[in-house]
Amino acid sequence: MSDAPRPAIEIEEELSGDMGSKRMIVNFGPQHPATHGTLRNIIEIDGEVVKKITPEIGYLHSGFEKQSEYRTYNQIVTITDRMNYLSPLCNNVGFALAVEELMGIKVTPRCAGIRVILYELSRIADHILSVGLQAMDLGAFSVMLWTFIERERLYDIFEAVTGARLTTSYTRVGGLFRDVPSDFESMVRAFMVKCDKTIGEIDEILSSNDIFVKRTRGVGRISAEDAISFGLTGPLLRACGVARDLRKDKPCLGYENYQFDLVTEAEGDVYARYRVRMREMRESLKIVDQALKALPAGPINVDDPRISLPAKDEDNKPAGGMEGLIFHFKNYMYGHGISPPKGEVYSSTEAPNGELGFYIISDGTQRPFRMRVRPPSFYNYQSFPRMCEGSMLSDIVANMASLNIIAGELDR
Amino acid sequence: MSIAERAVEQVKALFPDQVLSAEVSAGQPFVCVKREKSKDILTYLRHDEELSFDVCIDITSADYLNQGAPERFAVVYNLLSLKNNGYFRVKVFVPEDDPTIESVAELWKCAPWAEREVFDLMGIEFKNHPDLRRILLPDYYTGHPMRKDYPLRGMGERDNFPRYVGEENA
Repeated sequence: MSDAPRPAIEIEEELSGDMGSKRMIVNFGPQHPATHGTLRNIIEIDGEVVKKITPEIGYLHSGFEKQSEYRTYNQIVTITDRMNYLSPLCNNVGFALAVEELMGIKVTPRCAGIRVILYELSRIADHILSVGLQAMDLGAFSVMLWTFIERERLYDIFEAVTGARLTTSYTRVGGLFRDVPSDFESMVRAFMVKCDKTIGEIDEILSSNDIFVKRTRGVGRISAEDAISFGLTGPLLRACGVARDLRKDKPCLGYENYQFDLVTEAEGDVYARYRVRMREMRESLKIVDQALKALPAGPINVDDPRISLPAKDEDNKPAGGMEGLIFHFKNYMYGHGISPPKGEVYSSTEAPNGELGFYIISDGTQRPFRMRVRPPSFYNYQSFPRMCEGSMLSDIVANMASLNIIAGELDR
Repeated sequence: MSIAERAVEQVKALFPDQVLSAEVSAGQPFVCVKREKSKDILTYLRHDEELSFDVCIDITSADYLNQGAPERFAVVYNLLSLKNNGYFRVKVFVPEDDPTIESVAELWKCAPWAEREVFDLMGIEFKNHPDLRRILLPDYYTGHPMRKDYPLRGMGERDNFPRYVGEENA
């Protein structure tokens, strides 16, 4: 059995056609450690030069969009956790904002402040892990361990706030699941001091490291024109010198009140993406600092009993007596919950990987008629062959890490 | 006047017989068009100097089964103009008996995968597409799960996947 020659796979003939050439097919994935998820690339190489890449995706397809059509709006929040699982809070906030835009709800200032803080902390968690894994793929293993320590600290904060480390499900339409704990600010402040130090250390060990720079500078370059046409967003687009950030261009949640810089780099290569992520983490820390200072007291849910659950009194009963009880029931009863008006909305936020959009068509019932997620990873990954073709085989690993593809979001 | 409102005006003026309706929902204007000249309309929106929708943010689809829509399927293009910092949406209605539409892969490089996903999950074919295959589901899958007549569970799961019969029986 083992001595018998393996039959030629069909895809080989499809790709090369000219039998007997020096070209070789290499399967990269779906269980390759450098892919950070289940993706497969069929790579055609000539010596060590990459001639053609055919990405195959769908290994983690879970039908989130179909499932969303059978769930109420507050239940869909749990599905959004599973999309970009490195920063689930960003998905929660993005989805809540989309439904609120559809219904014309404006959240309370305290809710907006908390959302911004958690959004930026999630961005740090996503970026720092992306940088760490990128360094690990290029041989700097200790950086990955440092970043995991920071991520662990962030997860402790998320656990204290939301009750879960990964599947946070924190937002509700028109507010939040609950208020932050009383020691939230001190926790975040303690994290910020440590994280700032770690970012400095990573910067020191990587940014001028000869091996790292040689493996990344000039690798996987894409022009700004191509990046726009491919629909790249987020750090990948900003690394090409295009100043596009939805926090600046389409501010929501009071982002216009915070002072931070829009980070761009001109080169468009792997190193530029690394620089953008590193600088963005510092900007995120600045935003968190300002948002913590400005965080107002007050309610976290909008004052509308048709949308938010009524508050509980000291006996853990819905406040407002019989009326409160009725609203409480109606929020959960089939056919009586949150029902946006007929219509459709496309709403997007600047997630760590790029523009995370939700396109929701409502038919006036409690469940969306159609919910479409615009996943940044899907569009970012499409440009991967363009970035890699013609480069060396080892550059693929560096390139893949810099894209920060999250398979849960890619395949949904 | 926002860029989306201007785009609605321009499309109405240039393709009067193609526009089915122009609507505003949640403050976002969009147009519904027939599919005959959908590519011409999108080409115009892409290349017009003033509008310049240079990013195709998303291509998706919806199934209006028994909803009283002009046709059963809609292909939805969410466009973004970086110059004007504004979004615009074009909905193209596609009939049930002939679910085909012209591909826009020439206009935006991001279109091929997005159209493959629509083909995979909704079963709308794109003419002149460079590589129209299923993308999320396996090649041997039958059926299109995002259609409204495809149930959430049950149909398809057992019928679609080849059963393992063992080497001796193969």
